[in-house]
Amino acid sequence: MSVTNLKLKPQATPQSSAQVIALERTAGPGIDSRLSRLAAAAATNLLPLLVSLTLFILAWQLICSSPESSLPAPTRVLEESWELIAHPFYTGQGVDQGLFWHVFASLQRVALGYAMAAAVGVALGTLVGQSALAMRGLDPIFQVLRTVPPLAWLPLSLAAFQDGNPSAIFVIFITAIWPIIINTAVGIRNIPQDYQNVAKVLRLNGFEYFGKIMLPAAAPYIFTGLRIGIGLSWLAIVAAEMLIGGVGIGFFIWDAWNSSLISDIIVALIYVGIVGFFLDRLIALIGRAITRGTANA
Amino acid sequence: MTKSYLSLELIDKTFERGGTRTEVLKHVSLSVDKGEFISIIGHSGCGKSTLLNIVAGLTQATTGVVLLDGKVVDEPGPDRAVVFQNHSLLPWLTVYENVRLAVDKVFSATRSKQERHGWTMRNLELVQMAHAADKRPSEVSGGMKQRVGIARALAMEPKLLLLDEPFGALDALTRAHLQDQVMQIHATLGNTVLMITHDVDEAVLLSDRIVMMTNGPSAKIGEILDVPLARPRRRIELASDRTYLKCREAVLKFLYERHRFVEAAE
Repeated sequence: MSVTNLKLKPQATPQSSAQVIALERTAGPGIDSRLSRLAAAAATNLLPLLVSLTLFILAWQLICSSPESSLPAPTRVLEESWELIAHPFYTGQGVDQGLFWHVFASLQRVALGYAMAAAVGVALGTLVGQSALAMRGLDPIFQVLRTVPPLAWLPLSLAAFQDGNPSAIFVIFITAIWPIIINTAVGIRNIPQDYQNVAKVLRLNGFEYFGKIMLPAAAPYIFTGLRIGIGLSWLAIVAAEMLIGGVGIGFFIWDAWNSSLISDIIVALIYVGIVGFFLDRLIALIGRAITRGTANA
Repeated sequence: MTKSYLSLELIDKTFERGGTRTEVLKHVSLSVDKGEFISIIGHSGCGKSTLLNIVAGLTQATTGVVLLDGKVVDEPGPDRAVVFQNHSLLPWLTVYENVRLAVDKVFSATRSKQERHGWTMRNLELVQMAHAADKRPSEVSGGMKQRVGIARALAMEPKLLLLDEPFGALDALTRAHLQDQVMQIHATLGNTVLMITHDVDEAVLLSDRIVMMTNGPSAKIGEILDVPLARPRRRIELASDRTYLKCREAVLKFLYERHRFVEAAE
């Protein structure tokens, strides 16, 4: 039964997309209906979000609108931080920069630390997943170290590097690496015996086995680790930057707090959230593109 | 005995786990001539898959030796290509790439890139899968996947083709179709084939000889049945052929009268 189902699937997809083109070319109503369908799709997907967002902002406005409120209402945020919202690309002296530049500086640190964590993490994860000896020797250490909170590493790395920037990058590295190691190791350990048998019959050498079987088979797990890692990195960078200073979204928030600019903090938090969301989506997207077809046949 | 193309000599296999020894195979000896099609049939858990894995080199025999073309088999290799029960295609490669991987590996030194491409396509054509060369395994049916698995094995030009219940997971119609294809390929290429099966009709239809295994533990070869049917064989004509029916009866009798007490399937 499943045989016929599977047979039909690949044929059905191209047919339907071809139909769409034909409709577009022949008649005006086709475009109209397509537009209205698009609008309907947007309404079903976005409308609930817009409603909840409106309700949230309304509630916020109501709760914080009294003059003695300790937190600003949305209207006051707009009013007080308009400069900040309107000029994200502003460049000034020292840490007096637009929000875009703060986020950009943080992203650079994350990119560097995360890239190193990804490379080292996949390598160590492969080692631990592949060798029972390495597993016994290293896994307990990983399990203990991964519970150390990111910021606890900061004093140590400041002592080691004697400088804020590399310390922050190290904190990102050490935060992101554990889920990458652990998930990669699980992925490697779970490579089906079938694929290993294929590799044995073909007599693939170690290098070929790594590239042709191990990495693709473990890719879904690796990307799960990478996705958790990027989330943790972004969490850690804000905290680390609060302590090391300089340009960066974390220090911006700390600086705003010291200057009692609560509205600025709220704007910065929105930036942090949205950037974090896109980072997560980016890794998920890359993962989907790379692991397409790996879902077991 | 040692003169034959493939010979298994006094194969014993015991598994040891947590202090308990299980004897799976005991004194299995078999000799196969070049070009022969041999089926190994037996109940679940009788160690027939273990026997195939030993011939493939994926498992080591505890004692005893496997000789293929005068050489001792002690590790897996492309001269004994395996068609796995669940096809074992790599899902991240296309149908073409799955076969090409094997072709590249086996013929990297002896054939040019162009020749290897041609050989890959020829083997896909042999199993009528050339039209789906660029599809991924998940996009083709179960029967098609198994055909690609067969193409991959054939493309290695193995001395011995090992089929591990190759059609077990397929529906009856697809299975019959693939059996016909395997017969045709065997007639064309003259491969030496060792096939594990639990399907009596399949065994009689395809084989020159049927090796019947007794029930485990300590399974051994109970009986070897010659199938003196002329080739090419056509399943419809055979349905009423007396020799065919006799062979079928012999296998059924062996399986269900003399060795019907089946241990719980592994």
